[in-house]
Amino acid sequence: MTFSGAACYSDLSMQPILEIDQLEAGVQGKQILKGINLKIYPGEMHAIMGPNGSGKSTLASILAGRDGYEIIRGRVLYQGRNLLELSPEDRAREGLFLAFQYPVEIPGVNSAYFLKAALNEVRKYRGMPELDAIEFLALVKEKIKLLELDEELLKRPVNVGFSGGEKKRNEVLQMAVLEPRLAVLDETDSGLDIDALKIVANGVNCLRKPDNAQLVITHYQRLLDHIVPDKVHVLVDGRIVMSAGKELALELESKGYDWIVREAKRAN
Amino acid sequence: MPAVCMNSISTIPRRDDAEPPQFGAVRTAFAQFESHALAGGEPDWLISLRRRELTRFLEAGYPTRRDEDWRHTSLEAVSALPFTIADSADPDDRFGQLLAGSTFSSVSGRRLVFLNGHLITALPRAEQSNDGVYLAGLARAVREKSEILRARLMADSENGSDGSLGALNLAFAREGAVVIVPANTVVDEPIILVFVSSPRIAGERTHVRNVIVAGPNSRATVIEHYIGLGTEPSVTSSVTELHAGQGAVLEHLKLQDEARSVFHLATLQARLESSSNVNCHSFALGSRLARQNVLATLAGEGIEAVFNGLYLGDADRLIDHYLSVDHVAPGCTSHEFFNGVLDDKATGVFYGRIRVRQHAQKTDAKQTNKNLLLSDDAAAHTRPQLEIYADDVKCTHGATIGQLDPEGLFYLRSRGLPIATARRMLIHAFAGEIIERVSCRAARDVLDRLVWERVERTRHVAESNQ
Repeated sequence: MTFSGAACYSDLSMQPILEIDQLEAGVQGKQILKGINLKIYPGEMHAIMGPNGSGKSTLASILAGRDGYEIIRGRVLYQGRNLLELSPEDRAREGLFLAFQYPVEIPGVNSAYFLKAALNEVRKYRGMPELDAIEFLALVKEKIKLLELDEELLKRPVNVGFSGGEKKRNEVLQMAVLEPRLAVLDETDSGLDIDALKIVANGVNCLRKPDNAQLVITHYQRLLDHIVPDKVHVLVDGRIVMSAGKELALELESKGYDWIVREAKRAN
Repeated sequence: MPAVCMNSISTIPRRDDAEPPQFGAVRTAFAQFESHALAGGEPDWLISLRRRELTRFLEAGYPTRRDEDWRHTSLEAVSALPFTIADSADPDDRFGQLLAGSTFSSVSGRRLVFLNGHLITALPRAEQSNDGVYLAGLARAVREKSEILRARLMADSENGSDGSLGALNLAFAREGAVVIVPANTVVDEPIILVFVSSPRIAGERTHVRNVIVAGPNSRATVIEHYIGLGTEPSVTSSVTELHAGQGAVLEHLKLQDEARSVFHLATLQARLESSSNVNCHSFALGSRLARQNVLATLAGEGIEAVFNGLYLGDADRLIDHYLSVDHVAPGCTSHEFFNGVLDDKATGVFYGRIRVRQHAQKTDAKQTNKNLLLSDDAAAHTRPQLEIYADDVKCTHGATIGQLDPEGLFYLRSRGLPIATARRMLIHAFAGEIIERVSCRAARDVLDRLVWERVERTRHVAESNQ
């Protein structure tokens, strides 16, 4: 099943999966996010674009619960609950997934073992029976084909010795296995060649369902050739300065960010 | 010719002060020991060797922290203890239970068991076998294999590289295991040597001297396992002399899992001949204070040697590894991997010297020491020392001291794993790096379980104290 942007038009009577309200946050005393507002409804794919240093990765980190960020004001509701009071593991069990910009290498921890443990934690939390080794392998083998990854990777330690492209595809594999309600993809396109980009995009597209949502964070438009967002937001200096349909991405590609940065400054 | 960090071998400090009062007890113990040895028909050469070693010890005394090689490890508590040689003990029920439940009890292979430094002969003996492997206690071997042992022990005494503690050991070591694998012999199952200490009074000393000789092109695995009963502070002194002949493939695994009242002072002295392939593992899990020296000479060309170790510390225990690897001949590789997990107020010490002699071109020497501190009060001291006199070599070293990688923890948690599980996974992986280098599968499996049980018992495995 595939969805076009138009087909999954949101039903405004529904509760948003994610609702960010006037979020201001920083790190080590330096304010980075200066009032973010964002609503993502089931079935939607949103893209956040912006120049380097605009706060894109900070937003992703705060959503996933990384340590070291200070919330100055504002709130983040995830399926109606205060997201910011949940531990990173509870966010994951509630269906939030962050595809890391820099997936972490974990020497000595076997990939299959790790992924099975993670999946069973999530299933347990959702009141589903845990999968045994055989059931897990059947599931993961099906998903691994989608990402065109080598099954041998499952026998290796998590991300250790993986190429840049393999690491990113492995993130999407984990996402495919964990079936999140909201997936945040932080610069998943960076460091990918065009073939890997298509595979990742295909993986993400296949995971789109009417009851889930994706937030794609990217610097470049090229990923959005393959993953078509419903909405594109431009983040500049900690604020969303413009939101529009998918055509905004194309405009940014041809004109760059400078004009929008200038406009944002004028508006201030 | 680049020469880095040239330090001379630590010299035995001169004692200007009067002999410590405890040494009277050492002399008395030796007089007793000597009369037993004479009565027991010990060869003359050995008795005079013991006298020489005793003198060497009495002159030098225990190493002190003034000695550069003992900077972080104080033996004051050892020298202050009374000096009594552990008596032979009857293997009682507790001993039987300890042995039956011990780590390698399920691993099949021929074995020797010692209690308080005495060979337990009541146990079934499988030392003579049709493959020609010689396995016996030292007391018997000095008569049956007199030439080999005389040469080995004399050489030890002459080079004296294991210092005054080695001298004290040879003066008093009545027993130990002697393993001689003939040339071209392949021994499939490991040879397991178990050393049990069961002190009855404070200050009991056990001295064992082991000799392992792997003949040319032989292949064998030898396991040394140190365990104990009781709570009296006591001292285990162990010296193992290992000789790998040309082309021999030898795995030596030592598991030090003594009672927490024990001071464990040990040396592995290894001489490797050309084209041998030797893996030495040191798992230091027990004791109150443990010092393990590994002194290796790579004497011929084309040797591949791995020195691999894991230490776990908690409470206020101290675990010290002192390595000295000497590349004498060209074209050899030596890799050292030591990981430590330290909790509470435990201290880990690692010193690693790699010496590459002028002729040892094309040496490939690598050393890593990683320390994981689970508590703010745990400490690790690590010191690499490279002495390189050849110009065409590859030598690297690296050391880390730190906590669990916060990025790794966050990554695991962001996939739904509870923080306690994430911590366990990372700690297990850290220890697993070392365990997986053990080739003997049966031993590796039981070690893996044992290490995991021990890690689980440390206080801050699941939760950080910060």
